[in-house]
Amino acid sequence: MTWDSGFALSLIPQLLAGLRITVEITVLGMLIALVVGLFVAVVRRSRIPVLSWLFGFYVQFVRGTPLLVQAYFAYFVLPDYGITFSPFLTGVIVIGINYSAYTAEVYRAGVEDVPAGQWEAATALSLPVPRTWVRIVLPQALRTSVPVLGNYLVQMFKDSAVLFAISVYELMGHVEAIGSDTYRYLEPVTIAAVLYLIVSLVASQLVRLLENRLALSR
Amino acid sequence: MSPDFWTFTAHLLWRGLQVTILVTVLGTVLALVTAFVAGLGRLSDHGPVRWIALAFIEVFRGTSLVAQLFFFFYALPAFGVRLAPMFAGVLAIGLNEGSYAAEIVRSAIGSRGVGQNEACVSLHMGKALRMRRVLIPQSIPAMLPPFGNVTVDLLKNSSLVSLVTVGDMTFQAQIVRNQFGNTTVVFAILLVIYFILSQLIALLSRWLERRFALDRDRRSAPEPRIRYAEATGGSR
Amino acid sequence: MSQIAQSQSAQSRETMISFANVSKSWGDNHVLRSLDFEIGAGEKVCIIGPSGSGKTTILRILMTLESPDEGLVTVAGGTLWDVKAGHKPRETKQMKATRRNVGMVFQQFNLFPHMTAVENVVEAPVRVLKLSKQEARERAVELLGMVGLQEHLQHKPAQLSGGQQQRVAIARAMAMRPKVMLFDEPTSALDPELIGEVLEVIRELAHSTDMTMLMVTHEMRFAEEISDRVVMFDQGVVVERGTPAEIFKHPTEERTRRFLRAVLER
Repeated sequence: MTWDSGFALSLIPQLLAGLRITVEITVLGMLIALVVGLFVAVVRRSRIPVLSWLFGFYVQFVRGTPLLVQAYFAYFVLPDYGITFSPFLTGVIVIGINYSAYTAEVYRAGVEDVPAGQWEAATALSLPVPRTWVRIVLPQALRTSVPVLGNYLVQMFKDSAVLFAISVYELMGHVEAIGSDTYRYLEPVTIAAVLYLIVSLVASQLVRLLENRLALSR
Repeated sequence: MSPDFWTFTAHLLWRGLQVTILVTVLGTVLALVTAFVAGLGRLSDHGPVRWIALAFIEVFRGTSLVAQLFFFFYALPAFGVRLAPMFAGVLAIGLNEGSYAAEIVRSAIGSRGVGQNEACVSLHMGKALRMRRVLIPQSIPAMLPPFGNVTVDLLKNSSLVSLVTVGDMTFQAQIVRNQFGNTTVVFAILLVIYFILSQLIALLSRWLERRFALDRDRRSAPEPRIRYAEATGGSR
Repeated sequence: MSQIAQSQSAQSRETMISFANVSKSWGDNHVLRSLDFEIGAGEKVCIIGPSGSGKTTILRILMTLESPDEGLVTVAGGTLWDVKAGHKPRETKQMKATRRNVGMVFQQFNLFPHMTAVENVVEAPVRVLKLSKQEARERAVELLGMVGLQEHLQHKPAQLSGGQQQRVAIARAMAMRPKVMLFDEPTSALDPELIGEVLEVIRELAHSTDMTMLMVTHEMRFAEEISDRVVMFDQGVVVERGTPAEIFKHPTEERTRRFLRAVLER
């Protein structure tokens, strides 16, 4: 029993629909990750006694536990407390919060990597602190952060497959459905793998282009 | 929660923990081997070898790990190859993580500086000798911190083998949930156990880093430990 | 001038190194232009000249770290490079065999950081020359003693000063018993107070061995002291060559004079 091209072709519309959901999850999840991560990074940097430590621990904890288990936790536990989100929404929130632990670190590293001399020069020129942030520090921090964030975006795209386990009907979910219906896994899995590969290769190239563009504009 | 629940849960999670550790360890070994083979392949003098290594790395990095798991477990049977769930699981996560880790190997060895290569040429050491005796040994300290992260990643990815019927901790937690319906406690415990394991791996990694640091000896007093009385005494 | 040089006239010396019509460019930069020169066995030659003049390239071509675009290079009678214009230089068995006669000491020492001084010196003799560990170790201990590092055998490069590291590097290169030893600005990366100890070792080598030595250096007084011949190099060509007395006391070329003025007036 080997490759059935007719069968394979018939699957494409369905799998593309799944791919679309995957992309939606990735975009929304990344938005959450970027915003929440920024909040976490700011709180940690502000050094408010209990909160900073708490957020620090939160980052460690999220990074030290599997995404799948976090997803199960959210999916099975939240309803017990009266929170009923759709699987899609649960999935987006879980992956967004998971990646916020990583984006928070990217923000922190991005800011810390700006040479101390920049801050000193700004002080010597009597620039007010907010202006220093906006005009001097952030642009430089972004230059190093953006490519890394781009890589996380590509990674999230691939990690989103995990969410099929909590009934999110994205690309992998479609593959599983087709497989359990027809008992033919070879074609759907291979096509899905190729789709992941194409999108992530293209996206990685775009990130690299962006990185070069940012580096050139120094 | 009845005592039955706790005994049942403890018993299952303990079995699951053993499987999780086994999968993580086996996966790490496979990932290390893969990383070295692919990483050294990328540094080869032969174009075709470099290409094959690059293709392998791009394919295993670019496709989703879940898709790879499914491929090894569900799709290979179409070619008559039936892998045991554990085997398929370890294979997928090992090759996947190994292809990411290949970059660690490649860059650690590749960043040793051209001086080391030139010294080897001047001493007439061939490429194999150069790699084995000079470049790889001095690259190991640089590889340890990122490999610590690799192992933590493998621990987390090991949870995915539960999706292909391997009885790890996550799989067992599902069973508990089906049996007792009490999800918060079980999954909370699960998260905590994974967290503790990942912290332990991080500690172990830092210990290894300290042990292998190249300039470790700088801190000890530079007294000669062995006296060579018979050495050509002092002078020229 | 060394005893050995005095006891042999230049003509009776066999040729150890020869460059015939050797050219090398990096893009528009002609680093070597149809270079012809020869060095006799046992000669100690210093190459001086401004930076970027191609001095180091000569050494690197001899050590096959770079390839000439054109020309014939031989060492101890064997062909190292034989490149025709327009052809790609290739590594051959002949080249590898001939290369065995050459050793090199680098500006940046290039010691193996994960090995002790002894291990650095023992490695190549054991792995390449196939000496027994015992024999190689004896040779290493003797050489390290000769360069004054008998108290530092078990130290790693990180525990040694720059001057000590360079001396280990010299011992390591000597352990292979090359016929030709190349020195690429051996003291340029050293703090001033450490230069002397390295020059001392090189001076000893010049006086007590009949190894052919070719050194690129900025240490003019040292070059004057130990060389049989000095070659002044600039922009890819030999500007002038002669004995140390000729070059340093009575340079005939204006470029040589200008260079020496700039260097010696610091």
